[in-house]
Amino acid sequence: MTAITEGSAALVVPPLAKSPGYWAGVWRRFKKDKVAVGAGLVVLAIILMAVFADYVAPADPTRSSMLRRLRPIGTPGYPLGADELGRDMLSRLIHGARLSLFMGVVPVFVAFVVGSVIGIAAGFFGGKFNTITMRTVDVFYAFPSVLLAIALSGALGAGITNSLLSLTIVFIPPIARIAESVTTQVRGMDYVEAARASGANALTIIRVHVLGNVLGPIFVYATSLISVSMILASGLSFLGLGNKPPTPEWGLMLNTLRTAIYVQPWVAALPGAAIFITSISFNLLSDGLRSAMDVKG
Amino acid sequence: MLKYLAKRILYVMPVAFGVSLFCFLLVHIAPGDPLTSVLPPDASQAMQDELRKIYGFDRPLPVQFGLWLMKALQGDLGTSIATGRPVAAEVWRAVGNTLLIAGLATVIGFLFGCLFGFVAGYFRGSYLDKFASMLAVLGVSVPHYWLGMVMVIVFSVQLGWLPPGGAGPGGSAAWIWNWEHVSYMILPAITMSVIPMGIIARTVRALVADILNQEFVPALRAKGLMDFGVFKHVVKNAAPTALAVMGLQLGYLLGGSILIETVFSWPGTGFLLGNAIFQRDLPLLQGTILLLAMFFVGLNVLVDILQGLLDPRVRRR
Repeated sequence: MTAITEGSAALVVPPLAKSPGYWAGVWRRFKKDKVAVGAGLVVLAIILMAVFADYVAPADPTRSSMLRRLRPIGTPGYPLGADELGRDMLSRLIHGARLSLFMGVVPVFVAFVVGSVIGIAAGFFGGKFNTITMRTVDVFYAFPSVLLAIALSGALGAGITNSLLSLTIVFIPPIARIAESVTTQVRGMDYVEAARASGANALTIIRVHVLGNVLGPIFVYATSLISVSMILASGLSFLGLGNKPPTPEWGLMLNTLRTAIYVQPWVAALPGAAIFITSISFNLLSDGLRSAMDVKG
Repeated sequence: MLKYLAKRILYVMPVAFGVSLFCFLLVHIAPGDPLTSVLPPDASQAMQDELRKIYGFDRPLPVQFGLWLMKALQGDLGTSIATGRPVAAEVWRAVGNTLLIAGLATVIGFLFGCLFGFVAGYFRGSYLDKFASMLAVLGVSVPHYWLGMVMVIVFSVQLGWLPPGGAGPGGSAAWIWNWEHVSYMILPAITMSVIPMGIIARTVRALVADILNQEFVPALRAKGLMDFGVFKHVVKNAAPTALAVMGLQLGYLLGGSILIETVFSWPGTGFLLGNAIFQRDLPLLQGTILLLAMFFVGLNVLVDILQGLLDPRVRRR
C-alpha cells in the first residue's frame, strides 16, 4: 500500500485554482456594468426605505391638517409639500413605497412560480398536454395586459387582494410561454437524452438537468416584468380599483391629487415621479442582469 | 400563401373561442348579483325573477353561453344595464374615438421609434446609441398616466397652449377636422406614443445591429455600395418585423388606452370601460372587452398575414 502511495506521489498535480463558478462570473460582469449597479443601489434604497418607513419618515403619513392643505414643495416642516388633506408628502411617499413595491413584486413572484411550473411541465411533457396548456395560455395572450388587468379587477371589484390576483393572472401566461420555450429547447439536448437512457425518471431529469438551465432565463424575464407590474398596479389604484384611502400608495395618491394640478401641480406629480424612478431602476437592473447572466432574447 | 393563410385562421379559431368564453365568464366571476345595479333596493322576489328571466340569468351557464355567443356573432352584445341602450352601438361609437388617438399615437411612436432605433443600431456603442437606448428605456418605464398628467401641467396649466382634456368644445358628437378640435388630440396622442416608441426603438435597434452583422452587408460594401445603398438593404430587411411590432402596438394601445383616456377625459373605449366598471354595468364591461380583445386577435392575424406577404420566409415557419 505504502509503496503505491509513495510511487504515485510524483504524479500529484498541484490542485487547480478552483474555477470560478457561474455566479462568480455573473457577479464579475454585473459589477462592471455601472448603470445596472446604480439601478440596483436605487432599488435597494427604495426597499430599505419601505421596510424602515416608520423610522425614515419625518411625520405621520396619515395626520391631516385642514390649515395646511396643498402646500408647495419646500414649505418649512413639509420638505415636499402637503397633499389635499394637509398630510406631509415626503412621509406619504416613503410609506407609500411599501404597498407600491408590494403590489409590484408579489404578483410577479407568484406568477414566476406558477408560470414556471406550468411552462416547464408543458415544455417537458410535450404532446397533447403541451397543446392544451399553451392554447389556454394563448387565450390570455389575446388580451393586451392593461386590458386584462382592468377587466379582471373590474369584474372582481376594487381592493388590494383583487388587484394582486388580477395582476398575477396577467403575468402567468407570458412567464409560462417563456418557460415552455426554453424547456422545449433544453429537452432536446443530448444530456437529457443521456439521463433518460441511464434510467432517470422525469422528476429527476427536471430537477437535475432542466431547472438549472431554464430558471435563469425565466428569472431574468420575470424581473423585467416588475416595472410593468408596478405601473399596472399603480394604474389600477389610479383608476380607483386598487388600494383604498387613507393608506398611502403612489397610484392612489396620484389619483386623489389629480384635481390639485391647478393649485400645486408639482406636488400632484410627485407620486408618479416615485413610480417612474422605481420602475426605471427595476428595468435597468433587469437589463443588467440579462447581460450579466448572458441570457439571450 | 393560401396554406399559410388557412393555417393562421385555423389557429386563431380556438383562441377566439377561448376569448369569448373568458369574456362570458367575466360576468360570472363578479361577486354579487349582476342585477343589483338595476333593481330598486325594495324589489320584490317576483320582480327579481322576472328581470332575471329578461336578462336570461335564470338558465344554466352553458346554455347562457351558447345563446350569448350566437347573439354576439350576429353583432348583438346585449343591452347596457345602466343606460338601456344596446352595448354594440355604445362600443362602436367609442372605438372610433379611441382609434383616432391610438392611430395617431402609433404613427408618432413608429416614426420616432424607428429613428431612434435605427440611429442606435447603426452607431452601436456610440454616445448616440446610449442616448437613444436611454430614451427607449424611459419610454417603456414611464407610467403613461402620470406622463399625461405632467403634459397637462406643462402644456395646459403652465403654458396654456393646449386644452387639458375632453374631445373638443362640443364633445365627440360634434367632431370637425379643424385646429380647434385637433388640438384636443395632441396631448393624449403624444402621451400614448411614448410606449410604442420605446418598444419599437428597442426592436429596431436589435434588428439593425443583427442585420449589419450578417455576411451580406460586407458583401454589399465590397461590391462598392455606398452607405445609402446599404441603408436601403437594412431597411428592407428590418421592415417586416418593425411593421409587425407596430401592428401589435396599435392593438395594445387600443386595449390599454383606459388610463390615458381617464387622464384626458377622452370619450373612447377606455372611458366607456371605466364607466362600465364603476356603474357595475356588466354587459357593457363584457361587450367592450370582447370587442377590444377580438380586435386585438384580428390585428394579430392581419399582422401575420402581412408579414407572410412581405417576407416569404415567415410562411414556411
